[in-house]
Amino acid sequence: MSFWSNPILVANEWLTGLLADLLPEAWATLISTIIGVVVVSSFGLILVIFLIWLERKVAARFQDRIGPNRAGPYGLLQTIADIVKLLTKEDSIPEKADKLTFNLAPIVSMIAVLLIWAVIPFAPGWIGTDLNVGVLYIAAVGSFGILSILMAGWASNNKYALLGAFRAVAQLISYEVPMLLTLLVPVLLARSMGMMTVVETQSTWFIALAPVAGIIFLVSSIAEVGRTPFDLIEAESEIVAGYHTEYTGMKFGLFFAAEFLHAFTVGVLFAILYLGGWRGPGAEQYPILGVVYLMAKSSIGYFIVMWVRSTLPRIRIDHMLDLNWKVLTPVSLALLITTAVLDKLFAETALRVPALLAGNLVVLVLSWALLRMMSRKARRERQVFKKRPEARAVQP
Amino acid sequence: MEQNWLFIGVFVAIAGVFPLLPIVIARILAPSKPNHIKLETYECGMETVGDTWVQFKVQYYIYGLVFLIFDIETAFLYPWAVAYGVLPMFAVIEGVIFILILAGGLFYAWRKGALEWS
Repeated sequence: MSFWSNPILVANEWLTGLLADLLPEAWATLISTIIGVVVVSSFGLILVIFLIWLERKVAARFQDRIGPNRAGPYGLLQTIADIVKLLTKEDSIPEKADKLTFNLAPIVSMIAVLLIWAVIPFAPGWIGTDLNVGVLYIAAVGSFGILSILMAGWASNNKYALLGAFRAVAQLISYEVPMLLTLLVPVLLARSMGMMTVVETQSTWFIALAPVAGIIFLVSSIAEVGRTPFDLIEAESEIVAGYHTEYTGMKFGLFFAAEFLHAFTVGVLFAILYLGGWRGPGAEQYPILGVVYLMAKSSIGYFIVMWVRSTLPRIRIDHMLDLNWKVLTPVSLALLITTAVLDKLFAETALRVPALLAGNLVVLVLSWALLRMMSRKARRERQVFKKRPEARAVQP
Repeated sequence: MEQNWLFIGVFVAIAGVFPLLPIVIARILAPSKPNHIKLETYECGMETVGDTWVQFKVQYYIYGLVFLIFDIETAFLYPWAVAYGVLPMFAVIEGVIFILILAGGLFYAWRKGALEWS
């Protein structure tokens, strides 16, 4: 095993050996854990600096602009300049605010996103910690982000911020339901909640076994991040800036950075759960290739998030909640049933992949037909009421 | 196993330190000249009227309740999904019946108008 094929493993063995000689075992474990944590979490933080530049550049191209191009080559240092600016801005805390909660909210929002990175498998053997309840852990810490938005909105003591927080309650927690249900589908297919096992069992990518579930996962994750078209929690034309109206300087910057990192994390999770994670030619021998594959696959999901953001306008809150409760949730429940029954019937046979794919398509077609039927019925009713408004009084 | 959770515990602590750092640096670098006008509630120049923490639309609360039911019931499905590989067909059907009851609950909430925003 040479250094270049698996640098992390070699470094880890060297460090563990060194620490075992110098310190008692408990201390050696603690210190190597701390070093591991610092490596994983700083990877996430360094990524943010790059991501903000990337997103601004891509969004600019969508709008036929060039984007940041002054600070450094291709504007790469633009984010550093922004951070320096934010650091020197005055941090004002409103008089009426609930001080402790107000100050804690941006920190909690950053913690919530960073915690997800603890169980991300980068390559074979490269994982913060391979929890045996990895997927459930992601679902659990993902909800922390909502808590931070509620804290920010409530503590600001500002009507607009509070409205943003209320919308967060309605929107983010609603979209958590289809997200949790579609997180279950890979768990079913992999028969394990460990993130490493989920990747290892994907000899066929799960997107081929459950394409509709993958799409629902991506849509509900976009809503979970609060990106356009689901950015009602910070709709600037309605409620100023939503939950971070009262935040200035670096505290605002932390909310901002957390949102960007979360958007990319969505891409990473999509890649791990549905696109085979680090799997690819040669990834087993050269783990460093696994990281490259994972990042490339994550960029697919992230690019879709940016694409949707640049394309679609913001939708109304009642439409958004209807989409969640009346379309995504029933469809993901149906998908869960189809996957569970079909995978049991055709397990270990050659028909497994085609059967699951066909099951997904049947669910998609059926729900599409049902939706068309319902929308036609609703349109007919609206036309009747337009011609004879008194008909509405008769209807319950 | 304990080592895994030790990692998570350390991660929580360090993930808390990372966002704290820029806030502390900003406190040192940034100017601080607060005055009464600056620290008022921001409403685009208007003076704020009345209390913020007032009664609000009950619909938000109903969505919260519906979510709570679904969240807990979905959490029950995770152990079933992990054991799925060793379960016989009968146990899978039982799980499906549980999901159908869940769907029945959604349908009930729908018919009762809990999912209408009006």
